[in-house]
Amino acid sequence: MDLQSILIAAGSMGGLGLFFAAGLAIANKKLQVEEDPRVTRIMEVIPGANCGGCGFPGCAGFADAVVKGKAKADGCPVGGADVAAKIAAIMGVEISGGERRVARCMCQGGLEEIAYQGEYLGALSCIAATLVSGGKKLCEFGCLGLGDCAAACPFDAIKISANRLPVVDNDKCTGCGKCVDVCPRDLMHLHPISYKVRVLCQNHDPGRYATKVCTRSCIACGLCEKKCPFDAIHVIDNLAVIDYEKCKHCGLCATVCPNQAIEHIRKKKIVKEDAAAAGEKTAVSAAQP
Amino acid sequence: MNLLIIFISAALINNFVLSQFLGICPFVGVSKKIDSAFSMGIAVTFVMVIAAMVTWLIYHLILVPFRLEILEYVAFILVIASLVQLVEMFIRKVSKPLYDALGIFLPLITTNCAILGLALNAVLNDYNFTETLFYAIGAGLGFTLALVIMAGIREELELVDVPHSFRGAAITMVIAGSLALAFMGFAGLI
Repeated sequence: MDLQSILIAAGSMGGLGLFFAAGLAIANKKLQVEEDPRVTRIMEVIPGANCGGCGFPGCAGFADAVVKGKAKADGCPVGGADVAAKIAAIMGVEISGGERRVARCMCQGGLEEIAYQGEYLGALSCIAATLVSGGKKLCEFGCLGLGDCAAACPFDAIKISANRLPVVDNDKCTGCGKCVDVCPRDLMHLHPISYKVRVLCQNHDPGRYATKVCTRSCIACGLCEKKCPFDAIHVIDNLAVIDYEKCKHCGLCATVCPNQAIEHIRKKKIVKEDAAAAGEKTAVSAAQP
Repeated sequence: MNLLIIFISAALINNFVLSQFLGICPFVGVSKKIDSAFSMGIAVTFVMVIAAMVTWLIYHLILVPFRLEILEYVAFILVIASLVQLVEMFIRKVSKPLYDALGIFLPLITTNCAILGLALNAVLNDYNFTETLFYAIGAGLGFTLALVIMAGIREELELVDVPHSFRGAAITMVIAGSLALAFMGFAGLI
């Protein structure tokens, strides 16, 4: 093999390589797609869980929507306040104090409090129970206790207690709203973490019937309405509803409620609830649904 | 007539996937859903046609005159890899929806042995330019056909109670084997 053929081989291969490299380099410049650099920067700060809690298809969809002005900077429920601040910094806008929101089950009708209509032996899913007969509990509005919310939670923040009620771990809850979507009775609500007073009942039945159904139900007696000094709680359609615009979270309504259907969270009670929840976690496996 | 025979032979009788066992990785990997299998098949067909034309030109205008046929492997791999990159950039610029649909598959095609196999086979069979073109279209459509059939079967399989030990890769291999056997029936077509 003479030197010339080696040179021809090397030259033609090198030439081809150079030709394609140059072609690709030119094409890269010519065919550059202008992508807003802010999209990439937002993608870097958001958690990337692709949970869909923001309502957009995945985190990339959310970042795109923020840059296009279709979503707000604090639209990522998982990232919370610091991510919202970072996105706002990238976009150069101010955010209006998006407080962290956590989920809460608006029902206290556990195994002990509720009345029964029969035995439910179907699939252990709230949606399945709703489809057949509404489960074994008599209350049409109450928690079915079969744990669809706990199964849907991507962050393992919801546990079903021994009393078959969901207990939300506020530290783990990111407010993504998956449980809100999945609950067939719309009992999971997202509330700002600073809310201290809640009506933990959704029963719209008239008082007489509501008492029969559950010992912790709102019986529409109106005592809370009379007690409230701020005109913030009203009985609407047989159910007490708090107007959080006016509510000062004093908790007076909770003190007069005959069925303790209104919850008032004080520091002491939180500690007690956590201890109870911890105890229940171990008990839950032994409990029958 | 000759062109038709080349076309049918590439698509059915010598089907790239099921008779020559080229491009098995996308055949197994991208055949879970008919939609994506079809997209992948069309993307491969597209790249095959372009790659076949360019490799034919390079072989006959550069490698043959310099008597460098021995270097066809290196040259073809170079061509195919850069071509796929170029096509990817071009599609991204021209049609964003098409890019989103094919985007994941295009880089996969870069290392798809079916394309290199096509370029090498075309040289081996001593096809002229038009014949190479028909060979490429036939091979690409044959590839698409195999992928779509496979995806269709696998979609149906989702609803079937497969014995535990056969689930996943095992049943896929069994199907691929049965399909290859079925395609042997085309041998008497011409």
